[in-house]
Amino acid sequence: MASIQCDIVSAEESIFSGSVEMIIAAGLLGDLGISAGHSPLLTGLKPGPVRVISEGEEEQVFYVSGGFLEVQPNAITVLADTAVRAEDLDEAAAVEAQKRAEQDVVNQSGEIDYSRAAAELAAAVAQLRTIQQIKSKLGK
Amino acid sequence: MASGKEIRTQITSIKSTQKITSAMEMVAASKMRKAQERMQKGKPYSKRIKAVVGHLANSTPEYRHMFMEEREIKRVGYIVVSTDRGLCGGLNVNLFKQAIASMKNYSENNIDVDLCLVGAKGAAFFNSFGGNVVAAVRDLGEDPAVVDLIGSIKVMLDAYEEGTIDRLYLVNNEFVNTMTQQPEVEQLLPLDCSDDESMKHHWDYIYEPDAKDLLDGLLLRYIEALVYQAVVENGACEQAARMIAMKSATDNAGDLIDDLQLVYNKARQAAITQELSEIVSGAAAIS
Repeated sequence: MASIQCDIVSAEESIFSGSVEMIIAAGLLGDLGISAGHSPLLTGLKPGPVRVISEGEEEQVFYVSGGFLEVQPNAITVLADTAVRAEDLDEAAAVEAQKRAEQDVVNQSGEIDYSRAAAELAAAVAQLRTIQQIKSKLGK
Repeated sequence: MASGKEIRTQITSIKSTQKITSAMEMVAASKMRKAQERMQKGKPYSKRIKAVVGHLANSTPEYRHMFMEEREIKRVGYIVVSTDRGLCGGLNVNLFKQAIASMKNYSENNIDVDLCLVGAKGAAFFNSFGGNVVAAVRDLGEDPAVVDLIGSIKVMLDAYEEGTIDRLYLVNNEFVNTMTQQPEVEQLLPLDCSDDESMKHHWDYIYEPDAKDLLDGLLLRYIEALVYQAVVENGACEQAARMIAMKSATDNAGDLIDDLQLVYNKARQAAITQELSEIVSGAAAIS
């Protein structure tokens, strides 16, 4: 299978750079998989996992909290707001954050900003989703 | 000739100044390393987002964002990134000179200039120099956060969107190496199209969701990333410039001390010689 250059960068550092077969990311309009030969595309990213599949290597999963994805004929660029290697994600912290965010959404007292709480909830759910993907990958 | 005691106090005072400058040199050296690391870490992102926006400017999009349109220039904006603290040699002064030279092209044609100032030194300078300051941010510390900058960037971007300003520049120091910092004026808006011949055929992205929302977000992020990178790079420049300035101050203090020590020794020797000849001639008179 043809491979394509892929770079994942966040504002803090460069996360991944290398030749890949396919990447799967959570776009604003749904998950999308991109391999070599894709037409030029520009999309926003939702908080969620970015899976990188390269030949002869284990699949890698990164968590991004939003950003942009650009596809050029010869390169894929992920501009992440913040990106972490999914191995670094702490499941307990993610569950905790989800609970707290859900509570915030439910108890909408005056001082809590609803949209902020909803965004926090989305981020926590996305982190959990990333962790679960890694687990299922390890399990199989 | 100054008396021995006077010279001695002078030497002591220069020595204590030298101690301070050499301590500041060492502090700046260690801070510079961290500031440089910070600069290096941010580089990949700003490089990539520049590339993406460069592709975008070369494409033939269905929707032209207003950041891409050249307009007739009636008023221009400058974001000037300076340091918060002084004692860093000619770093800020050179930067302001460059900024003023660039602004002069406009003021000669009766085009007004709006300023957004990052750093206390810039605020102090343009206060006395004059200039229409619309936004200022200071005390960013050694580890600046994007959040602190967003407000003042937004002021300039809003002004651009409303049509108050028709062009936006970013002025900051570029970190060449420890010894050299280069002041630089860069055009932020409208987007400078990178001339890449290989990209010059008709093509456009597929946008998800629609082009307008996406470009709004992306270009805002682009400007923020560029300004943030400029601030971080200027921080590294500040520490490097301070290190060099303090090193030369320490060296100069050393030279001064050497010279004064020579003068002091001569004065002391002269006093001893004089005393001796007085004793000898006194003894000769008695006998």
